[in-house]
Amino acid sequence: MPLESIGKFETKRLGVLNERGEADPDLMPQLSEEEIRRMYEFMLLARVFDERAVALQREGRIGTYPPILGQEAAQVGSAFALSPGDWVFPSFREMGAHLTLGFPIAQLLQYWGGDERAQKAPDGLNIFPFCVAVASQIPHAVGAALAVRYRRDPAVVVTYFGDGATSKGDFHEGMNMAGVFNLPMVFICQNNQWAISVPLRTQTATTSLAQKAVAYGFEGVQVDGNDVFAVYRATREAVEKARGGGGPTFIECLTYRMADHTTADDAGRYRPPEEVALWRERDPITRLERFLEARGAWTPQRRVEATEKAARIIDDAIREMENVLSPAPAELFDGVLAALTPRQAEQKKGL
Amino acid sequence: MAQLKMVQAINQALAYEMERDDRVVLLGEDVGRDGGVFRVTEGLLERFGSERVLDTPLCESGIMGAAIGMAAYGLCPVPEIQFMGFTYSAFEQLFAHAARIRSRSRGRFTCPLVVRTPYGGGIKAPELHEESTEALFCQVPGLKVVVPSGPYMAKGLLLSALRDPDPVLFLEPTRLYRLIREEVPEGEYVVELGKARVARAGGAVTVVAWGSMLERVLKAVDGYDAEVLDLLTLSPFDIGAVLASVRKTGRLVIVHEAAKSCGFGAEIAATVAEEAILHLRGPILRVTAPDVPVPLAKLIDHYLPGPKQIRAALDQVLQY
Ligand SMILES: Cc1ncc(C[n+]2csc(CCOP(=O)(O)OP(=O)(O)O)c2C)c(N)n1
Repeated sequence: MPLESIGKFETKRLGVLNERGEADPDLMPQLSEEEIRRMYEFMLLARVFDERAVALQREGRIGTYPPILGQEAAQVGSAFALSPGDWVFPSFREMGAHLTLGFPIAQLLQYWGGDERAQKAPDGLNIFPFCVAVASQIPHAVGAALAVRYRRDPAVVVTYFGDGATSKGDFHEGMNMAGVFNLPMVFICQNNQWAISVPLRTQTATTSLAQKAVAYGFEGVQVDGNDVFAVYRATREAVEKARGGGGPTFIECLTYRMADHTTADDAGRYRPPEEVALWRERDPITRLERFLEARGAWTPQRRVEATEKAARIIDDAIREMENVLSPAPAELFDGVLAALTPRQAEQKKGL
Repeated sequence: MAQLKMVQAINQALAYEMERDDRVVLLGEDVGRDGGVFRVTEGLLERFGSERVLDTPLCESGIMGAAIGMAAYGLCPVPEIQFMGFTYSAFEQLFAHAARIRSRSRGRFTCPLVVRTPYGGGIKAPELHEESTEALFCQVPGLKVVVPSGPYMAKGLLLSALRDPDPVLFLEPTRLYRLIREEVPEGEYVVELGKARVARAGGAVTVVAWGSMLERVLKAVDGYDAEVLDLLTLSPFDIGAVLASVRKTGRLVIVHEAAKSCGFGAEIAATVAEEAILHLRGPILRVTAPDVPVPLAKLIDHYLPGPKQIRAALDQVLQY
């Protein structure tokens, strides 16, 4: 018996907008001027939000916070491709997606300020709470997708996670189930290349994360995560495919965490400064500005105006967050169960 | 003698034992180059190399399972789980395997590993970073559970745990990592597992605590004739020391930061009721967190038992 080849695979990488801000016309997604303008504004909003959140933490006004600096294109581009009925199972570092989907900004800050009441998504916004245990939200998304199928709803279920999450059993179990059941799902991995101090090469021996989908029988694609058009295009296609019954897709957004892991971390201990400098050159916002500028739709003044607008929005949100009264101790018991147990009721009284 | 913080004492214990015994190997997320998110393993990678200090992928079940295999093969692995809330995804390995290898293989294979994990609340960290679910682990036969209450005890207990022939869960009260300094001898000393310590002698009431609650209890009992026991090992716990103290004082208050229902306090109370009920002059009282998930920063101070509740329990039991 000869040794036969029984499988081959190929992994694609999608880029639309290069670092000089030139978009490939064949790959450029259908987006109106207005939509591109909104994407740009969301990315700036995410940037300003992040800067202010880090500052608030330094001033002791909120708690530990995980910055999203550098990941704005991956977050805004992917969230922009979703429809209102879709379901999102996030991790804890996608505030840019939250902002794009319309999650109240004051509430995002309130959550990082240590107030769990802020986890409650407004009615009509199908966003699950922040998930701190890495990768554990992925099987939930699978379950929601099974339910979507069962109810014959047109929704698509999207889950966000980082590169570190792809090492967890929950990721593999979720991916496998999604493949087996051909579910209407999109897995969005923000490969920011670091899981705290652990670089990608210590996380996996594969050359891409996208290729992991091959093992589960569906498509995986790597996209330039600092290219908002590529992220948008890949997500849009995956969402449409899922909605049309074409099954799941895994999208690896190759990006970079420019800041520390959290405000409690010091990335300088483990990360070469040259690497950070290199990625600073690849700033996703600058890239989009170059694109707009070439079309006569951007000037430095425009950035100033858009940044000021974002700052006003964030200022209002901070004010709103700081005007929220702290929870009363009795609120410890809220939502633990639909009805308090007799012992909880007694404990609540005794507070 | 050097005045050390608990992080330094634990680091010293690890370094000492790695120097002495080349079977000791550390593994976990961020334990190497970063020195651990609390800097407990700082400098150990540089000193002992990457074959003995392994930065692993992000996979608690994998870390725990791999440590079991290393232990069965003859090494003494020290897996670090970054926060206690992430031991949950390693439950199966710990419960179904680490705790049972010896009995399942009738002693042919054993599992001498020490799982280290930060534990407990009061550091205003995100969800699942302040858990104190020690009682879950005490329910499992075949697993030892140790909780130091300060730098001196941490080093001595860790050296014992590293030399123990069975799996030990070593819970490091996060709030104490940098809170207290104590004199810690440079070289070797061990604190026996399974032994409680009288942290303060007294005659009218026994207070049992462990981990970060000990520090709060010692402050709260000021002015009371209370005997404070620092349990140190929860599984197996020092029944003898608790009974001896209760027989002397006739009163018992147990303080823990975990939720009340099925917390470890219940085990102590039941044991005392079985063995020494006739020595009691009043009810056994538990001062604990309420039966709710550990809250985020805004409410954590209302969750953790404080001096006020400890004193209220003392006043109540002293009426009898
Ligand atoms: C199961 C689990 N283990 C450990 C942690 C502690 N922790 C928080 S974030 C993180 C790294 C996550 O890396 P990645 O998945 O790449 O996401 P990123 O933080 O880069 O966005 C770790 C180890 C956790 N939250 N959950």
